[in-house]
Amino acid sequence: MSYSRPGFRHPNEPANDAGYTRRDYEGAVSTLCAGCGHDSTTNAIIQACFELNVEPHRVVKVSGIGCSSKTPAYFLGKSHGFNSVHGRMPSIATGANMANRDLLYIGVSGDGDTASIGMGQFAHALRRNLNLNYICMNNGCYGLTKGQDSATADRGSAGKKGVPNPYESIDLCELAIELGASFVARGFSGDKRQLVPLIKGAMAHNGLAFIDVISPCVTFNNTSSSTKSYHYVREHIEATNAFDFVPLQQEILAHYEEGTSQEITMHDGSIIHLHKADSSKDVTNRLKAVNSLEKEKEKGRLLTGILYVNPEIEETHDIINSTLRPLNTLTEKDLCPGEEILEAINSALR
Amino acid sequence: MNKIERINDFVIRFCNVNGSGSASANNLFAKAIFRLGVPVSPKNIFPSNIQGLPTWYEVRINEDGFLGRRGGIDITVAVNSQTLYGDYMDVRPGGYFIYDSTKPLPEKFQRDDISVIGIPLTTLCNEAFSNPKLRQLLKNIIYVGVLSSLLDLDFSVLTEAIKKQFKKKPKLAEPNILALEIGFSYAEEHYPDTCRLSVRKSDKLTDEIMMDGNSALGLGAVYAGATVTGWYPITPSTSVIEAFEKYSNLYRIEEETGRKKVAIIQAEDELAAIGIVIGASWNGARSFTATSGPGISLMAELLGLAYFAEIPVVLIDVQRTGPSTGMPTRTQQSDLLSCGYASHGDTKNILLFPCDPKECFEMGADAFDLAERLQTPIIIMSDLDLGMNDHISAPMRWNNKRKYDRGKVLSADDLENLKETWGRYLDVDGDGICYRTLPGSHPTRGAYFTRGTSHNQYAAYTEESSEYEANMKRLLVKWQTAQTLVPEPRIKIKDPEYNTGLIFYGTSTHAAYESISRFSREGLPINSMRVRAFPFQDEVIDFINNHKTVFIIEQNRDGQLRTMLINEGNIDPAKLQPILNIDGLPVAADFITRAIHASGFIPTPESLQEQHTTGEKQ
Ligand SMILES: Cc1ncc(C[n+]2csc(CCOP(=O)(O)OP(=O)(O)O)c2C)c(N)n1
Ligand code: SF4
Ligand SMILES: [Mg+2]
Repeated sequence: MSYSRPGFRHPNEPANDAGYTRRDYEGAVSTLCAGCGHDSTTNAIIQACFELNVEPHRVVKVSGIGCSSKTPAYFLGKSHGFNSVHGRMPSIATGANMANRDLLYIGVSGDGDTASIGMGQFAHALRRNLNLNYICMNNGCYGLTKGQDSATADRGSAGKKGVPNPYESIDLCELAIELGASFVARGFSGDKRQLVPLIKGAMAHNGLAFIDVISPCVTFNNTSSSTKSYHYVREHIEATNAFDFVPLQQEILAHYEEGTSQEITMHDGSIIHLHKADSSKDVTNRLKAVNSLEKEKEKGRLLTGILYVNPEIEETHDIINSTLRPLNTLTEKDLCPGEEILEAINSALR
Repeated sequence: MNKIERINDFVIRFCNVNGSGSASANNLFAKAIFRLGVPVSPKNIFPSNIQGLPTWYEVRINEDGFLGRRGGIDITVAVNSQTLYGDYMDVRPGGYFIYDSTKPLPEKFQRDDISVIGIPLTTLCNEAFSNPKLRQLLKNIIYVGVLSSLLDLDFSVLTEAIKKQFKKKPKLAEPNILALEIGFSYAEEHYPDTCRLSVRKSDKLTDEIMMDGNSALGLGAVYAGATVTGWYPITPSTSVIEAFEKYSNLYRIEEETGRKKVAIIQAEDELAAIGIVIGASWNGARSFTATSGPGISLMAELLGLAYFAEIPVVLIDVQRTGPSTGMPTRTQQSDLLSCGYASHGDTKNILLFPCDPKECFEMGADAFDLAERLQTPIIIMSDLDLGMNDHISAPMRWNNKRKYDRGKVLSADDLENLKETWGRYLDVDGDGICYRTLPGSHPTRGAYFTRGTSHNQYAAYTEESSEYEANMKRLLVKWQTAQTLVPEPRIKIKDPEYNTGLIFYGTSTHAAYESISRFSREGLPINSMRVRAFPFQDEVIDFINNHKTVFIIEQNRDGQLRTMLINEGNIDPAKLQPILNIDGLPVAADFITRAIHASGFIPTPESLQEQHTTGEKQ
């Protein structure tokens, strides 16, 4: 594949090591409501791709249906994107990834798209550990259909209509850990400093990286009685750990005192350094990860950051032992057994 | 009593209990006939159950090569006590009834118009074999030995077949051959000259193969270069994927690494299965799935996405008896409407109708070329009868020179050298088919956003009425193009006067041709047309318009192909007389013949009436 620099660049815009400016990672102008959390999440994705020197055309964006699922139109305009149908992003992403394992896959979904109609596909993409960066823009409601409660709305939380949600909420991160996800994180669209490295960490991960991004809906669910409002989230956020993401090519400059940090080497050789405030937290242990989430919840706090990582695990292609070559590049010569073999098959059927 | 007396022309039925290992004995019998060069067609009639319920295996032997169901049973092997009486009553007058006489027949078995042949199968088996597991299997083999004697069926063909079957475990061949001998000698001794049905070596079959349609479809997908499948188990389609996997394990292993040149994902449901196919095809891999009616219903929304966003899909529908769960192990052709027009909005999908394993293989392979050329779903309409039963068929053929038609895809070079502005949905060739690009091809050109929402020629979202309309109309231009690419109908003209025409498709084919030949023997020529695809070519519609009377045979209640023909061809409904079989069994020649007679359009020769009495059905 030829890889040339994009034609037009603003003379003053700094380029990354791959020769792209931040603008090269942008997409069409957003049509979401002004202030929508999803736009901030979109910006974090743009920033992460820029900082990671990703080649835009080597990225595939897939989404379901919802305000959140529209966002792939608003980032990485030089990448192919696929806005599919409601709740089915994971299967489309699975097929696409099976066809070509060499590209970087970003799946965007919403809480309605993931936790209700697409719950089955979410669960099964996780258990197959598809190599996908699964970003759920979670606003606790169905934005696009005008604000109904979603399955992630907390019990008692009320949106614009003012009726408290009577049902239990689904914690997608806990669920993801239990379902065998290999990288689980939670971010907040209002905290870019944390969200950008989370996305970078996810992209370095080989397997399904799930990020639940609390991404407030300013139009329908940003009320004083909502637990997914900007205000509420800011007041109740609790970070698991501060961390640094050190991409493969970079030198480690920071100094960490013994016992205060946990170092996780990702599949591609990048390193995540976690600064542990609390030694009982261990993000490589499923049980401890779920416990931490539950403990914070009891205290009325929302735990964010990297919640669980298992960098050793096999992704779908490894599990099914498929060729390292992209399947979509194989030709007749690779694939067709030919007429002599068919004649032998015919003979065996006589 | 007038015993039925026939050579190479009769129907035998085996009445077994599901899960009792009868399948291999019954297959052994059918295979032996096949290897004697005699046309034979076995049909498994089985319950939706793993163990314990009744199952029948009906084998038609016909020197003339008519391989559909005929109707009527000439000889029965009844080893299922649950259905014994019904099986006994189903034998035609003059026929033969073989049963396990270890237990005597109850009082009420009093027919005097059939020959009853008691063989103490259980006793014979228990005396000879001590292993209880083997006993159950070998009891079935004993009755095959019995048949060898009664039907003069060359014993060595059976022993050869056994040896071939157990080539890798010759130890297991021994007890099987012993069981054959036990049955054979018992019948020789106790029932010499009893049965007037016989099987003789024939030269009717030459290079034919015996295969089920599902295996042929799975193999076709391997030959066509399919690399990705997502699937969800459902009878009767599961064995398509099993065959694909089996052949992939043989022919798709990378030599240097031992890795597979295929990705087979057992999905969580049919929504995911078709989603995987769409994702993979969109990304440039040949991809397919197989399902049955309930899966089609679940896939509907995503099929509409593939239609509207113009993504190649190959979908195999092995139809079973609906609605809902229906009779999941019985056959039907009842998904035509739900597939042809699957999904909301104005959607049309291309359908292919194979009729035998060779055509399953061919269409199974051609479907991928069509899907990529037309960038739309291609649905292969098989059914349980074709998919799961063994059929005799001409051998499968492949030409090593064949190149896959990957359709209009712009490569990196094409994109690099692009002169005009490219639009994903811009119809530059006027055939309604636009150029697509694949992710990762080119750093700056060819990226676009695929969506199920309304889009303009450049794939941008639009609610502009004129753009929406233009796009929908272009899809119709593409539909016209499809007409020129899909398999043409098979038309046979016997009557230059064009009095009567008969239309059929898929598994009605054999029975239809047989019925036509019966009429022809009576001096009543009937023209025929086997429809092989939707959209219909002009000649399909012309065939109807050119005839005075047209019958259409379908295995569904509502005449679904008839509805589509009326709708698409603007046909006067009165012109199309439906002949509809919905009992869940493959349609029989008797049924078609009777229906044509009953319609009153054709005079009824008496000889025909008495010769072919009604078929039995459970
Ligand atoms: C099958 C189907 N059912 C219903 C809808 C209507 N619908 C569109 S978006 C949506 C909910 C989206 O919620 P979420 O995924 O949370 O996205 P948000 O808009 O909140 O970002 C629904 C129900 C649909 N498009 N398809
Ligand atoms: S409705 Fe809510 S989720 Fe949708 S764009 Fe507006 S703010 Fe965002
Ligand atoms: Mg939402």
